[in-house]
Amino acid sequence: MTAHSSSPASLRRSIRRRRVRDRLIEALLLAAGLVAVFTTLAIVWILVVEALPFFEHVPLRDFLTDTMWTPLFAEPRYGILPLVAGTLVTTFVALLVAIPAGTIIAIYLSEFASHRLRETVKPALEMLGAVPTIVYGYFALVMVTPFLQKFFPGLPGFNMLSAGLVIGSMIVPYVASVSEDAMRAVPNYMREGSYATGATRFQTATRVVVPAALSGIAAAYILGISRAVGETMVVAVAAGLQPNLTWNPAESAATITAFIVQVSLGDLPHDSIGYQSIFAAGLVLLLITLVFNIAGFALTRRFREAY
Amino acid sequence: MAVVTEDPSIHALRADVSRRKLFDLAFVIIGLVVLFASLLVLLVLFLDLVMQGAPRLNWDFFTSYASRKPENAGILAAWIGTTLIMVVTACVAMPIGVAAAIYLEEYAPKNWFTSIIEINVTNLAGVPSIIYGLLALGLFVYKFSLGQSIAAAGLTLALLILPIVIVATREAVRAVPRTIREAAYALGATRWEVTAHHVLPNSMGGVLTGMIIGLSRAIGETAPIITIGALSFIAFLPSPPLTAEFPFLSFAWLRDSFTAMPIQMFNWVSRPDPGFRVNAAAAGAILLGMTLLMNGVAIWLRYRFRKRINW
Repeated sequence: MTAHSSSPASLRRSIRRRRVRDRLIEALLLAAGLVAVFTTLAIVWILVVEALPFFEHVPLRDFLTDTMWTPLFAEPRYGILPLVAGTLVTTFVALLVAIPAGTIIAIYLSEFASHRLRETVKPALEMLGAVPTIVYGYFALVMVTPFLQKFFPGLPGFNMLSAGLVIGSMIVPYVASVSEDAMRAVPNYMREGSYATGATRFQTATRVVVPAALSGIAAAYILGISRAVGETMVVAVAAGLQPNLTWNPAESAATITAFIVQVSLGDLPHDSIGYQSIFAAGLVLLLITLVFNIAGFALTRRFREAY
Repeated sequence: MAVVTEDPSIHALRADVSRRKLFDLAFVIIGLVVLFASLLVLLVLFLDLVMQGAPRLNWDFFTSYASRKPENAGILAAWIGTTLIMVVTACVAMPIGVAAAIYLEEYAPKNWFTSIIEINVTNLAGVPSIIYGLLALGLFVYKFSLGQSIAAAGLTLALLILPIVIVATREAVRAVPRTIREAAYALGATRWEVTAHHVLPNSMGGVLTGMIIGLSRAIGETAPIITIGALSFIAFLPSPPLTAEFPFLSFAWLRDSFTAMPIQMFNWVSRPDPGFRVNAAAAGAILLGMTLLMNGVAIWLRYRFRKRINW
């Protein structure tokens, strides 16, 4: 506080100075907020600009329909399908684990668990979500794959099954925590109404709470899908780096993300087609997550229940 | 209701009720099993890493460079690289994130422009981390010619954790009651004075928690750093930040090439030699220990600050 002097002129000066300072600070804060907008614009701009030379070289038709992806070979082929298939298969396996487990945990914590259990378990789940993905990659390659090989002797050392299972257990905490928040937001009078008609906790959970929280639960699933699609290190370590057009999770195949890692590990010159190809792959990845996010947004709107 | 003669349908009803109660019990058991199975993953993971990595978890591991022989290899360059990257990330993400959050909570008018910023923050949180790596490769490494440097890596991870810091700060700022702001305004404080003297100090706990959680995310991120071009075999250290001559501080390290803990671990995991697997496990145990420790501190801080609040 600078306004100790009592003359009106100096007081007015001090007020004006503080106003100017406030304006300046507001502009600075706004600039910080705009960083988020610029980041989004920069992501789109960089991906498009760096991928454009790639599409001058490779016709879009080949890119979307060719069934081989061998950009680093002597006779390169540029069909994105094998990488997209790898991404979708690992994501699908991951969701088979994450959606049931995440939903069950969310229902249990929100509707069944005691306050004390919930307060103890939530931080633990949070920690589970913080484990570095490279550690999960090690887990998939060194522990899960040998374990699965005991039951499926023909399983190769690199396979999408174990990568998908591990990604699934990795995103369980996200799915559980976001769905639980959605269920906890359902007002208590709805539960009370249900209990008053004689419903059990399970009936209340599945017929009242889950439908009421459906938009939030859908958002949780979408979040899980985005994470599984974009997951990189687990697949790069455990699923193999060989592009392979297959829908069989027991095989080894590269995903879009694994391909980007593989190319980045080598030292590619700035203007080579290999360098450009990772931006084309990145663009496809961004579009896939975008499609899921838009679908999620539409679903959320469709199912939003007013209460 | 006084039912004297028993209706035969009451038996069916009773059977139905007990069947539903059984469902309830079954779900409790399934819920507990799934819950503890997923928590068990964390325990198994940590114990396995520590047990597998135990032969290499000693002082030498921290003080030696990477090597072609697994038993001589260490993480010196990796942990120093990670530390320096985290310094850059924290110095960039903290001011920008907090400032953006304060703008959105305290200053922003409710209009389409503000909602664009808000939607952007939400969407950025869902962008895969490897996309940030591509952004950094195109923008920082080539367009800004930062090269494959610690500065480029630090900036990338700062962008990556920005949404986490913004969301956490906004929550903390929102939790400060209106009455405190109104009291300050009533005494003639300007908006910035209200923010700097009252809102920010009162939300410091939440801000700190968000920052630690953001950094714990950044410390384990591998993909974006690989895309920038971290080296996996490095046998030198970045130039020291403290020098003997005036002005004693040097920022040459910002431009140095680097490796980081997760990169080193990835490199060791991808080698077929079982000796390197042991190293990978040891590096993983340290990395996991670090993230769990940071998260633990964050959770503890949050708990403490929540308890201290008494408005």
